[in-house]
Formats: sequence, structure tokens, C-alpha cells
Amino acid sequence: MFTAGIVGRRLAHNRVTQTRRSISRSIPRLSEAIFNHRDTPYNNPKIPFEFSAENLKRAKEIISRYPPQYKKAAVIPLLDLGQRQNKGWTSISVMNYVAKVLEMPPMRVYEVATFYTMFNREPIGEHFVQVCTTTPCMLRGSTEILNTVCEHLGNIKPGETTKDGKFTVIEVECQGACSNAPMFAVGDDFYEDLTPESTKKVLDAFSEGQKPKPGPQSGRHTSENSAGLTALTEKPYGPGQHCTEEFR
Amino acid sequence: MLSIKCLPVSAQRLAKVASSSGLASSAGRRNFSSTHIRQADITLTVDGKEVTVPQGSALIQACEAAGATIPRFCYHDRLAIAGNCRMCLVEVEKSPKPVASCAMPAMPGSKVFTNTPLVHEAREGVMEFLLANHPLDCPICDQGGECDLQDQSMRYGSDRTRFHEITGKRAVEDKDLGPLVKTVMTRCIQCTRCVRFANEVAGVEELGTTGRGNDLQIGMYVEKTMDSELSGNVIDLCPVGALTSKPYAFHARPWELKNTESVDVMDAVGSNIRVDSRGIQVMRIQPRTNDDVNEEWINDKTRFAYDGLKFQRLTTPLMKQGDRFVPASWEDSLKAIADGLSSSGAKGNEIKAVAGHLADTESLVALKDLVNRLGSDNLALDQVNGDKLPVHGVDVRSNYLFNSKIPGVEEADAILLIGTNPRHEAAVLNSRIRKSWLHTGLEVGLVGERADTTYGYDYIGPDMKSLANFVAGKGAFVDKFKAAKKPMIIVGSGVNEHPDGAAVFNSLSKYVEANKAKLLTPDWNGLNILQRVASRPAAYDIGFVPSKKASATKPKFIYLLNADELDPKSIPKDAFVVYQGHHGDLGAQLADVCLPAAAYTEKGTTWVNTEGRTQLGRAAVPPPGASREDWKIIRALSEIVGTPLPYDDVLSLRDRMWEISPSLVRYDVTERTSAEIASLGLKTAAVLSGSTKISGAPFVKAIANFYQTDPISRASVTMAQCTRAFTRGENYGLSESQKASEAAFA
Repeated sequence: MFTAGIVGRRLAHNRVTQTRRSISRSIPRLSEAIFNHRDTPYNNPKIPFEFSAENLKRAKEIISRYPPQYKKAAVIPLLDLGQRQNKGWTSISVMNYVAKVLEMPPMRVYEVATFYTMFNREPIGEHFVQVCTTTPCMLRGSTEILNTVCEHLGNIKPGETTKDGKFTVIEVECQGACSNAPMFAVGDDFYEDLTPESTKKVLDAFSEGQKPKPGPQSGRHTSENSAGLTALTEKPYGPGQHCTEEFR
Repeated sequence: MLSIKCLPVSAQRLAKVASSSGLASSAGRRNFSSTHIRQADITLTVDGKEVTVPQGSALIQACEAAGATIPRFCYHDRLAIAGNCRMCLVEVEKSPKPVASCAMPAMPGSKVFTNTPLVHEAREGVMEFLLANHPLDCPICDQGGECDLQDQSMRYGSDRTRFHEITGKRAVEDKDLGPLVKTVMTRCIQCTRCVRFANEVAGVEELGTTGRGNDLQIGMYVEKTMDSELSGNVIDLCPVGALTSKPYAFHARPWELKNTESVDVMDAVGSNIRVDSRGIQVMRIQPRTNDDVNEEWINDKTRFAYDGLKFQRLTTPLMKQGDRFVPASWEDSLKAIADGLSSSGAKGNEIKAVAGHLADTESLVALKDLVNRLGSDNLALDQVNGDKLPVHGVDVRSNYLFNSKIPGVEEADAILLIGTNPRHEAAVLNSRIRKSWLHTGLEVGLVGERADTTYGYDYIGPDMKSLANFVAGKGAFVDKFKAAKKPMIIVGSGVNEHPDGAAVFNSLSKYVEANKAKLLTPDWNGLNILQRVASRPAAYDIGFVPSKKASATKPKFIYLLNADELDPKSIPKDAFVVYQGHHGDLGAQLADVCLPAAAYTEKGTTWVNTEGRTQLGRAAVPPPGASREDWKIIRALSEIVGTPLPYDDVLSLRDRMWEISPSLVRYDVTERTSAEIASLGLKTAAVLSGSTKISGAPFVKAIANFYQTDPISRASVTMAQCTRAFTRGENYGLSESQKASEAAFA
């Protein structure tokens, strides 16, 4: 075949013919997360996990909300409880323990834990920075915020954890705080109306071990007009104020 | 209204289950159950044709009934409805969108169209989405030629692609499910049939779906093999090439194969199978649908032990000279047997015949006739206590058969298992118990060795004493059993081999007699013996058992017919031993002369299953080398020893079988023993079992290793790998080499 190719090329003279096709294949589209468990030193079924006494009490309360034969309905709240106790991530031991508590096959728990993106199946840093990059935040400059966060934390990429294990940054979809865009959430708290400067300030405060005040960082109250109120400016009146005498 | 009424009852039942089940953790996995509601029929119109279906049927069933073919991937008659492939879209009048006919209940008076432009367009759209992520590797895919996706894309697929996605096609890592099921997960279309089968039927709750949306994948999340006796069925269920057979991989294409409908002999269920062969080789074995026996499942031993038919075969007659076998001609070897018979001086009961696990009915009849003609009654079975009369006797059929019949398992509302693990002794039957346990309030109790049965049970105790307590009315399970409307007792065939076997049958026959009102009525016989050996029910039917006098005789001439389980010490040193069978297993080692016979795929013979159902196996391939059909060998031998048997062809032999028992030639039906006769049978069993002395030894599992129970499965490489992977739990060490060979092909 090779010699035939040479002959062909000689005959064709100027025309460049490709005589041998390389093996081609389409590009595989790989998913962002791995939906299989691999035993690692930090995540394997041999690592023990159990609810603390306080969480166990809370778990019992959660289970009691459902009929006894539908105990498994409590799987999401219990996984969340386990994730909170386990430093913000759901290890295989957490899943197995929840399965044991709810008397359901472990695979049913794995199905739930892999379905919902807010269950982290890999360890995360102490502060979990979730930067919203959905349309309203993007229009208000979330790209800049995301870049600032990544650069400020030592040039990490979204999805990575800083070397000191303090911060993990990810991009998330809409958190429902569009009126105060752009925003990110750290753990359970929202930091809104961000600018690159206030972003750095919030992150610095976290790295120094303080907890900055959640909410808008621009100084405005909740999602009020930042240029001052244009309606409902006067003091709301109390009961009976504009009524005639007999109804007062 | 009706269903609301039912609610409190089933809730109570569930609460009861939760409080009392032997496997506490599995109680929560049972479905919410209610009594069966009889439903009225409804009428609707499909493509202008009126059809009447029971209320509650899916629309797809109504369409099928009207003769319209609906394409589908996820819908399967015997599995729960998922409704996720969307291939079965049809148009319903007054519905704004096409509806998925599998998930839509049929409504009275609705007008359904299955062949309109809207329907075609919808199916084409669905097909395009399914193919968007499906690799174009049909030429190297084992499913090619029998692939639902391939077939349906020929009909509904577009002739060109619109797929120009730069990110490429979805790629999914392959899972290692063990030595039986090969996975190419990139081909998966997420119909979830395998997941539903594993969870509902096989009881493998480890299989599921992980991830979401486009990243959804089938697997176990943690690395695990699919440890089930029914795992091979997911290969048939998979509509694409994601799950294929590992032993059969790249061996043949479906259009090269000759299909022969036959019957399985790896256990006594008598599963209906289709033997696919090419030339003289059996390439694979698949199930055939028979709702009364195996539905459409078969166990893994049935499906994968066929490669044992290629190894360790006896292909030519062998004669022992000194300490080795030398090949001989048929004439010489038959002559040698006749000489051995006369030189051993065996007379009367000193001539002994032993019938093994895989002996077919024709050869059993011929051998019994021959031995009887030689003046002997010494007919033994290849099992512990096989040379004694069975404790239950063989005079009445109901004493040794599965009297409630296999579908009867689904009617029962309480089952007592005695000395048996149906999961290994009759895996397909076990799936019916699980089905019933999942969907109805079935209660199961177990006397014997604890086992992972795939359903929860009340553990009563390990031995005869606990059974005696149960019979005496002590223990928690007694009340449940008493409350049942259709109670069922399943006694394992291993009990017959146990020192307390006589006591078991004695107490059970009295118990059934005392509870006749429920256990023995004209339309329900609740006492079942679960045979585990394919030849045994037929052997009992024709009376292949010794007389009392004969069993005490020391044999001088022994004829082993497929007998490979016997204890070598039970054979006297000076006896002349003949082995007839198809594998060089234990029996052949003991023989002076070996006669090569045909295996079950190589002969058309009769098999009687544990229910007493007579079924005909058919020859798919010719017997190898010089081997011959079993009954012909015995017929030829009878000529040489001077007592020719009076049948020259299989038809006259079957006439003889009709003389012995007409049920042996009435195929595919079961005959119920009337309650009076069954009751009489129990009385004889009570007399026969006589002594009720209890040794107190615990019942043990009759099958220690499910994958290797007979010469065929012992010779099979696949079954050896299964033994390593599943029974011993070792890394079977195949996955690496398997991966390498696939890389060479891909």
C-alpha cells in the first residue's frame, strides 16, 4: 500500500494526495464531574462516619416528618446534614451511613447524591465561594468578579481549592439574588452588589478569620434603589390615622 | 373508591411487615401493596379499529392488541414502566401533543392514531436525539443484527445527520460487571431496563443510575460486580449493544446461527431455551418465553455453561487397561461389558444401575428395562441415600413434585421453606417469590441454613427440632402461616438426603393432613418438593428406585448412567463398572469401560421438570466423535448381553414410556394429583418414613457452589471464572486481558 502511494504521488506530480488516512475518531465529550466512586486515602468506605449526638437528634426529627414506610423520603435533608457535619462534602462514608440510617440500599443514596450538584463528592476548602455567572450577574460584571476571586486567591481556576485549603471557588447558576447582582455565596451567606474592590475586601476578611457582614456590600439596604427611594418615601402611617373620629 | 377502601388494610400489613420481617433492613424496600382489584374492560379506537382491553392497561398494550406495532426501548412487559425513551409516542385525539403510549393509561372511548405524519415526525425527532450520542460502531458491535436501535433507526431514523457538535459525543467509562456481562457504556441509551430488572427481578439493588441529564449513566457508583444468578438476562433486555455477553463476544453474528428450541437441564425448573448453534458448535443459549415456567428469564448457569460442552468430552469408547484408558471400537467395548458382566458373576440384584443428574427419560426407561430383564431391582440414584428407597416414596406423584406449580408461587400468601435455598436450586423460581414478596404481602419463613434469598424471611431455625416446634404451633411465624389463605410449603430435595429426612416427611404429612382445609383442597396442594436435578422427577415417575431387598445387596456389576456425584468408596473394589455419559468427570474415572454419549444439546429427549411438566428437548448439534444417543447405547448393549429390548426407534420407546406413565408423553402440561390421591400419598409417606427419631443435625445448603453442579458446568471455563468472581469473591483477573483484546478490535 505504501509503495502504491509513492507511485501514485509520482504520477500525480504536483497534486498532493493523501495516501494514508490516519485512524480518526470523534471527540469524546467528557462530563465535568465523575459519577463513579474510586477509593482514595481521603474517601473510602473504611473511614468511619456517624452523626454527632446533636445531629442524630435532628435526623430523628427529620425522619419523624415522614410516614414510617416512606423513611427514605428523608434522604436529601439527611445527606445535607451529613455534608455539613463532614466539612462541607459528602464522602462515600456519609452516603453509606445515611443509607444505613434510612434502611435503603446504598445505591439509592448514591443516585440522589450524584443527581444534585450541591452535594460535593470531593473535599472542599473551609470557605466555599460560589460565584454566580448566570445572565443577570454576567450583565452586571460577574466575569470580572470571578476573575478577581480567582486571581486574588492565588491564580486558581474555578473548581479548584487554594493551597492552604481555605477557599474553594466554583461557578454556579442563578442563586436568586439577581436584584443585587453580581453576587457570590460563601457557605450559606450571600455577598451581593460586588465590585472587584469589595470582593477583595470580603475575601481578605475571610482569610483573616473574620466573618464579613453578609448582604449588599455597596452600603444600600437590601435591594432598595441605590440612588435613594423614589416612592414610599414618607413614614408609613399607623392604624386609624386617616380615619374619621368615630373609627379612630 | 375501591383502592381507597383497600388502603388501611395494606398499611396495616406493611406496618406488620416492618415490625416482624427477618431482614429488618429490607422491609422498607417492599412496595406498598394492595389486594388485587378486578377491573372492568374498556373500549377504545386505535387507527379506526375498536379494541377492548382491561381497565388500567397502558395505551401501548391497547395498540398492540389492535395490531399496531409501537417502537419502544424502555417499555418491557415484565418490568415497571419508566417512560423515559419517548420512542412510543402516538397521537391521541384532543391531546395537544403526542403522548408516550407506555406511560399513558388507556382511556375508554379515546381515539388513538399510530400512523400519522405527526407520529412519524415525533419518532424521527426522538430517534435523532437518541442517535446524537450513540457511537457509529455497529460493525464492531456484538448487538449488530439483533439491535433494537439499529432496526428502528432503519425505519424511523433520518437519512442524514444534523449533528455537528464541536464538543463531540458523550463518552462513558465502561463498568466491570464480572465475567459474564460485557459493557460498552458509551452505547447506552439510558432506557434503564437493566436497572429495573436488577432491582425488581434479580434483587441486585446495587445497580442504578448516577449523574443527571446528559451525564446520566448506568452503574453501581462503587466498583462492584453484578452478583446475581440472573445477571445474564440484562444482555437480552438491553436494546442496544451496551450490555453484551462476554463469553460470546465477537464469536458469531445472529444471522449465522441456527436456532433450536429446547429445554434446560442445569436445574429441575425445565426452563425453555433456544440453543443457537453454528455448524457443530453451540454458540450461545437464550431463553424462550414460557409464562408457566421461566417467564422469559434463565439463570446464568443455563445461559453460560455451554462452553463446558466443548471440553472434557468423551468422544470414543474407552477401556481400562491397567491404570490407563485406551480407545476402543463400539463392538469391542460392548463385548467387553458383556464379558465383564459374565466374568463378574453378577446375578439378580448384584447388577446395579445408578442414574445421574443429566440422564434423560428415554435412557432411564431403557436402562430400567434392561436391568429388570437381567433380573435385578437394584436401581439407585446418584445422591446421598440414593441406593435406598426415597423417604417420601414414589408411588404417588404428589409426594415428590412441586404440586402448587411454579405460577402458584404468585398466588401463595405464605411460604415456608424447609432445607432449601431456592436462589441456588431454582433461580428463576426464586425470582417469582421475590416478585410476590415485593408486590403482595407474602410472608416467607425458613427452616434450614440461612441464605441471601433476595427477599426478607422469618428465620425459624436450623434443624428438625425447629420444624417440630413449628408443627407444634410454637413461634412467631406460625400465626402468619395459619392466617394465610393459600399457604405453601417448599421442601428442598436436599432434605431427602438428610438423616432427618424421614422425620421431616413424617411430621409434614401429618401436618398437611391436619390442616387439610387450606393445604390440600381440590384446587390447591400446598406441599411442594423442589427438585434440583433435571433427571430426578422422571426417575421417580418411572420408579427408578431400589426395592428394599435390592438395596441391601452388594453389587458386582455397576452401570453408571451420567452418575458423577457418587462417593467412590461406595463402589466395591471387585465390581465391574461401566460409565455412560458425555464428560470425563468423576464417574468415568471409576469405570472399567466408558461409553461416550450425547449431551442435552445433542439429543432429542424427554425431560420432566419439578412440577411434573414433560417437555421435549431437541438436538441442536450432532454428538461429537463416536458418541451416540444414550438410549441407543443401552439398546445396543441389550442385544450383546442377550436380552434385546423390544424397541428399535425412539417412537416405540416412547410408546413404552406411555405404558409406564402416560404423563411422560403428554408434553408441556402439568397434571394435578387429586386431593384424595394426594392425601393417600401422604399417608403412605407417613408409613414409609416410619421412625421419627431426630438426629438434630442442621439442614445444610444442597448446593454449595451454584456455578458448578454437574459435569457440564464443571468443565466450563466461564463457570470457573464465575466461581472465582462470585462464589469465592476473588478478583477473577479477566478484565485486563479482556480489555486488551477489545482494544485490538476497536
